[in-house]
Amino acid sequence: MTAFAPPLAETITRRFARRSMAAFAIPAVMLAYLVYAAISFDLAGLASRARMDNAAILLADFWSHKTHVTRQNRTGDLIVAVEGEAKGTYPKGHLPDWVAQDGDVTVIDLGDDHLITYDQGGARYSVPDYGVIDIRQTEDGLTLTAPEPLPDWINASDNRVSVTTDAGRFAYTRSKVETFRYQPGWPLFFFTPASAFHGMSWPELAASALWGERVDPDRTNIAAMAGDFWNNSMWRHRDVIWAMFETVLMAFLGTFGAAIVALPLGFMAASNMMPFRLVRFGLRRVFDFIRGVDGLIWTIVLARAFGPGPMTGALAILLTDTGSFGKIFSEALENIDEKQVEGVRSTGANTVQRARFGVIPQVMPVLLSQVLYFLESNTRGATIIGAIVGGGIGLLLTQAIQTQKDWEDVAYYMILIVLTVIAMDSLSGWLRRKLIKG
Amino acid sequence: MADTSFGSGAQRSRDLAHSQTAYLELVRRRRMYGGILLVLFIALMASGFNLAQSRNAGGFLNGLPNVFAFPSEVLSEAWEKRANLPGIFLEHVPALIETLNIAAVSTLLGGIAAMAMALLATRGLARWPRLTGLFRRMMDICRAIPEIVIALILIYILGGGPVPAVIAISLHTAGALGKLFSEVAENADLKPVEGLQSVGASWGQQMWFGVIPQVAPNWLSYALLRFEINVRASAILGFVGEGGIGYDLKIAMQWGMGRYDQVVAIFLLLFLTIVLIDRVSDHFRNRLVKG
Repeated sequence: MTAFAPPLAETITRRFARRSMAAFAIPAVMLAYLVYAAISFDLAGLASRARMDNAAILLADFWSHKTHVTRQNRTGDLIVAVEGEAKGTYPKGHLPDWVAQDGDVTVIDLGDDHLITYDQGGARYSVPDYGVIDIRQTEDGLTLTAPEPLPDWINASDNRVSVTTDAGRFAYTRSKVETFRYQPGWPLFFFTPASAFHGMSWPELAASALWGERVDPDRTNIAAMAGDFWNNSMWRHRDVIWAMFETVLMAFLGTFGAAIVALPLGFMAASNMMPFRLVRFGLRRVFDFIRGVDGLIWTIVLARAFGPGPMTGALAILLTDTGSFGKIFSEALENIDEKQVEGVRSTGANTVQRARFGVIPQVMPVLLSQVLYFLESNTRGATIIGAIVGGGIGLLLTQAIQTQKDWEDVAYYMILIVLTVIAMDSLSGWLRRKLIKG
Repeated sequence: MADTSFGSGAQRSRDLAHSQTAYLELVRRRRMYGGILLVLFIALMASGFNLAQSRNAGGFLNGLPNVFAFPSEVLSEAWEKRANLPGIFLEHVPALIETLNIAAVSTLLGGIAAMAMALLATRGLARWPRLTGLFRRMMDICRAIPEIVIALILIYILGGGPVPAVIAISLHTAGALGKLFSEVAENADLKPVEGLQSVGASWGQQMWFGVIPQVAPNWLSYALLRFEINVRASAILGFVGEGGIGYDLKIAMQWGMGRYDQVVAIFLLLFLTIVLIDRVSDHFRNRLVKG
């Protein structure tokens, strides 16, 4: 023994040295790779390309909104509209409480003592700690009267005066005068101004729903509320929920369709089920091919044939997952316990009966739990596939992002997607536990 | 299962005489439930498919003959121009490398984040045991947000290029790997940790010397699998957003007729890469898990 001791000790020391080398070398290699990647991705140039003002707009838009108060100077028409959109316009006589209209004079209270008054021939903006900005319209342009020197948040020319403060934005041109007020929250999420329930507080709504007088004589108030909410033209709840449902439908049909197709194929590709090597080999390569081509390309090809919509998405998921399921199923089938099959065989069962009573009960929990895992990840994948084929919430999402201003819609869809995915996650987890235990 | 069907206590002796009928009864009931579930499932699939079909632009049967129309059109044009293919391959290799880099960097960054989050979210190992729930929810949310959402929003802020895709895929990877890592870490032996604790090691040292060596092979195997998935994801993000081989594919597709040799070349490049990576990572994963 003693003769072996020094070399043994030496080997161990050498191994330790190699280990400690590796402990430094691996992080060093990773770091080197990341540095290379940073250079090849032009990380330095990113700082100049990044638009932080866009980020500010986006973040503000996620959780807040602006209301436009616009007066056409020629006709004197006053329009108060959320985000300046026609469907968000407040009806006459139902203006928000911070806008007071009295004949030709309109007073807008932006809060914190910021007061804007539209009157005949001009407008006034009284800014606390500064003074009154007064604009008069004359034949040859705009006349601005304000405490001198003009601060840089007032931008004035002959044709246009704009003022930006913490409370909001104000712009006067020859044709119109506009005020933007920024407020937190998603406005009109439940009811648009067109609905009778707009502007009611929660207790008022509850009272109206339970014992209030019918707003619409044909329906109960609860039905009317549900209808107004469902048909909300600003947030389009109906379309959004349908799109979300389509996305889940795509994932459901695709995953379970693939499982149904792949089950017999998996049997045919398992070495202990299929005696012909050629069939097995052929099927395996088919699975490899389908998985290798990748969902992206299948999606493109199928979208050409079937047009945009949820069925195309479902078929794309079905095709891609058939490859994965075929592989997983055939591997699971090869790992079964042969004793059970032999027992069934000894009773004189034929092939189908052997499969039904000897094999399926063994592999079912494994297969089902795989299918449920896929269902959950496909719910998320269906969003992306929807964006490519043009169906479901993925389409709405890409459209909203492309407008580059409906960020509150993007936030709404994101929250909806996250909630749906988490719900599917817990549903499939619950099913998995139930099915595998029982 | 059998015990419950026989009943218990005083009833047992009487039921034993009828064990056969009781068993058959049980089998019948189970078959009936199974049958009902099957019928329900088939009805759900059929109606779902009908609904999906009615909301689709083109019908299933109308589209079926066209499935091969586009591929054959593309392939025949590419076959005529097959002499161009090697040149086009070379032309798109930089884009392919970019796609692979996006996948590798985001697997690396996401994996590192996942390691930290997994250890913090595992019961018995966590630095702050009260916050395990918080870290779990964080991973859930990271996993739930589709990459495309983050990528498209970041493109708006950061402009084009690979960085939005890297951030988007990293976030998702952190959530997905974090869950798997934490499942592995839950089964780790706590004795080394206790030993290190007894000699006064800090939490970081306990994890680094006590847990990581135990879980490293499994974690690496999951990370390799994730790399495979991320290569596909990065190709898809390129198609929807910007950068990499996916973007080249989109441009070639939008061009349409006359550029189909490009489309085929990119298809092939992507296909071969994915198959190669699958094979290599399959091989290494088998070695890692089996010892």
